[in-house]
Amino acid sequence: MDNDKKTTVLTLTDEEIVNPGNRACSGCGLGIVYRTALKALGKDTVLAVPPSCLTVLQGLYPVASTKLPCVNVTFASTAAAATGVRAALRATGRDHLNVVAFAGDGGTGDIGIQALSGACERGEDIIYICYDNEAYMNTGVQRSGTTPKGVMTTTTPIKGKLQHKKDVPSIIAAHGIDYVATASAAYPLDLYDKVKKAASMKGGTRYIHVHTPCPSGWGFAPQYTVHIGKLGVTTGLFDLYEIVKGEFSLTGESAKRVGKERTPVEEYFKTQRRFRSLSQELTDEMQGMIDAKWANYTA
Amino acid sequence: MEENLVFVQGNEACVEGALYAGMSFFAGYPITPSTEIAELLARRLPGRGGRFIQMEDEISSLCAIIGGSLTGNKVMTATSGPGFSLMQEALGFAVMAEIPCVIVNVQRGGPSTGNPTHVGQGDVNQARWGTHGDHAIITLTASTHQDVLEMTVHAFNMAETYRTPVILLFDEVIGHMREKLVIPEAGVLPVVDRLRTSVKRGVDYHPYLPREDGRLPMSDFGGDHRYNVTGLYHDMWGFPSSNPKVVESLLNHLVDKIETNVHEITRYKELYLEDAEVILISFGSAARSTLHTVENRRRRGDRLGYLELQSIWPFPVDLIREKCRKARRIVVVEMNKGQVTGLVKAAVENPERVFLANRIDGELISPTNIKNILRIIQGRGV
Repeated sequence: MDNDKKTTVLTLTDEEIVNPGNRACSGCGLGIVYRTALKALGKDTVLAVPPSCLTVLQGLYPVASTKLPCVNVTFASTAAAATGVRAALRATGRDHLNVVAFAGDGGTGDIGIQALSGACERGEDIIYICYDNEAYMNTGVQRSGTTPKGVMTTTTPIKGKLQHKKDVPSIIAAHGIDYVATASAAYPLDLYDKVKKAASMKGGTRYIHVHTPCPSGWGFAPQYTVHIGKLGVTTGLFDLYEIVKGEFSLTGESAKRVGKERTPVEEYFKTQRRFRSLSQELTDEMQGMIDAKWANYTA
Repeated sequence: MEENLVFVQGNEACVEGALYAGMSFFAGYPITPSTEIAELLARRLPGRGGRFIQMEDEISSLCAIIGGSLTGNKVMTATSGPGFSLMQEALGFAVMAEIPCVIVNVQRGGPSTGNPTHVGQGDVNQARWGTHGDHAIITLTASTHQDVLEMTVHAFNMAETYRTPVILLFDEVIGHMREKLVIPEAGVLPVVDRLRTSVKRGVDYHPYLPREDGRLPMSDFGGDHRYNVTGLYHDMWGFPSSNPKVVESLLNHLVDKIETNVHEITRYKELYLEDAEVILISFGSAARSTLHTVENRRRRGDRLGYLELQSIWPFPVDLIREKCRKARRIVVVEMNKGQVTGLVKAAVENPERVFLANRIDGELISPTNIKNILRIIQGRGV
């Protein structure tokens, strides 16, 4: 991302697309992600959303939180619904609208990946934003494909999850779409710029994967959402990057960490109850994986 | 017995029933209001040598337990409306390939995403006809937690006996309500184990050749015998066939093995039917309010009778016709637009006697609701 074009708190638009007083839990990372992303998208946007925490955040009438048209479709079909909306808008001459699919990690990487992969392969003119809170939070914290290894959830109650986190953005990048990016709820301006950029790259599928801390699901007090989101990035566990037409580059805080010391990942694990049964062995394994990944970045 | 007395949700009673029946493999996907079943089994199964897997959706959940059943395990999955819809294709496969499995549908308000945290009973006909093509199906239900446990055991027994998927149609109130449950000692409830073939290894085994009593002994997949399993019409070897005779006889077999055993499968409860002028028929959580209404009005001299269906499919047509022969009015209490009412009308003589008492707003139908509807039906005003 070009440094001198970065949005700052001073240049950020005042316009709000998301109403205050919505139904999110206190400290919800999605609240930040949704508000910021919709600011960047503006009013010429239509949404497709599957069942998820986002449908709760959007609220029950009359506590409706979004000033945009939204189709709240079935769980497996967010990208398919967005595909149909785009096709029909094109057919009726309203192609200027952003068609945005906004789904959780389960709706993206588990049940929804077939529809998303199909849309990416066809190169549908849509923006897909995945807010990744690393479990099924809306139904009460069950493991998902993107839950990290060792995390206690209600369906991994004994030893924690046995498998590593599914790398959804890499899977999507393997489709060769124009734009893939990761972002974090803790760095809303970075997210804002990426959504803006995605919106400007009309014509193909654009995918943004957003790391989204969840106080109730991860087990931390609501005031630490941003702190923990930042730790996720500064430890090198979750990296902020862009892949623009196949060109990979780290952005924001992650770019600044190249060649510099990173916070030990243990510091991140210690902040959240979901990692309570993590062994030292697994902590070391995770640290080793992070170090190996970053050795590639600096090489 | 004291130590077996617990205070639990209906979903937990279902888990107890499944474990009692010897279920050893569960695959599922979170969905309100059935999620507790998966959560509890994630905790309970591994310690018993069983296996719990959270799948990536409901399609794979049902397909996974189909695979697990073939290899010789008693298996179950649990879901609610939208997930049950996704399972319909695999449900048909299990019917066609004759694979024992139990599918729990804790009903919520539908259609679509509907009313996820509220009660509904709108999936009665979906359980019967949700998957395409002619077929027969067994569907059981329950109104108390003790019954949830017993019907869950019965479901496994029926699945193993008839080599068929069995649907447990509970609802949100039953699933989430807490109530007393006595977990029976082993041996108290009958548990049917899988009928396995006596054909020796290396000797030809016909997976789809019924015995004289219609039952098909199974061989654990990947074990002593090599055989084919398909959703296509198939011969006694399990190999695909479009031979008209094979097709016709298989479809007849699939339907007859269940429809001719209605009496073995049917479970119901009755109260005061002998002298009842008005019979109230209900099932699931609606039956709780119905029973209360019947008891209450009896004490005031109203000759009401109570008939609770614990098995809905195959629909006990003969039973209903017989029990309702003398009643002046028949009122079906259910939380849908009259799915069982239509079945009762078709079953009884003089169907103009049959009325629907329902509530479809996501709240449990109350005894007062039923009483008021009864007064209208009886021409007494509200």
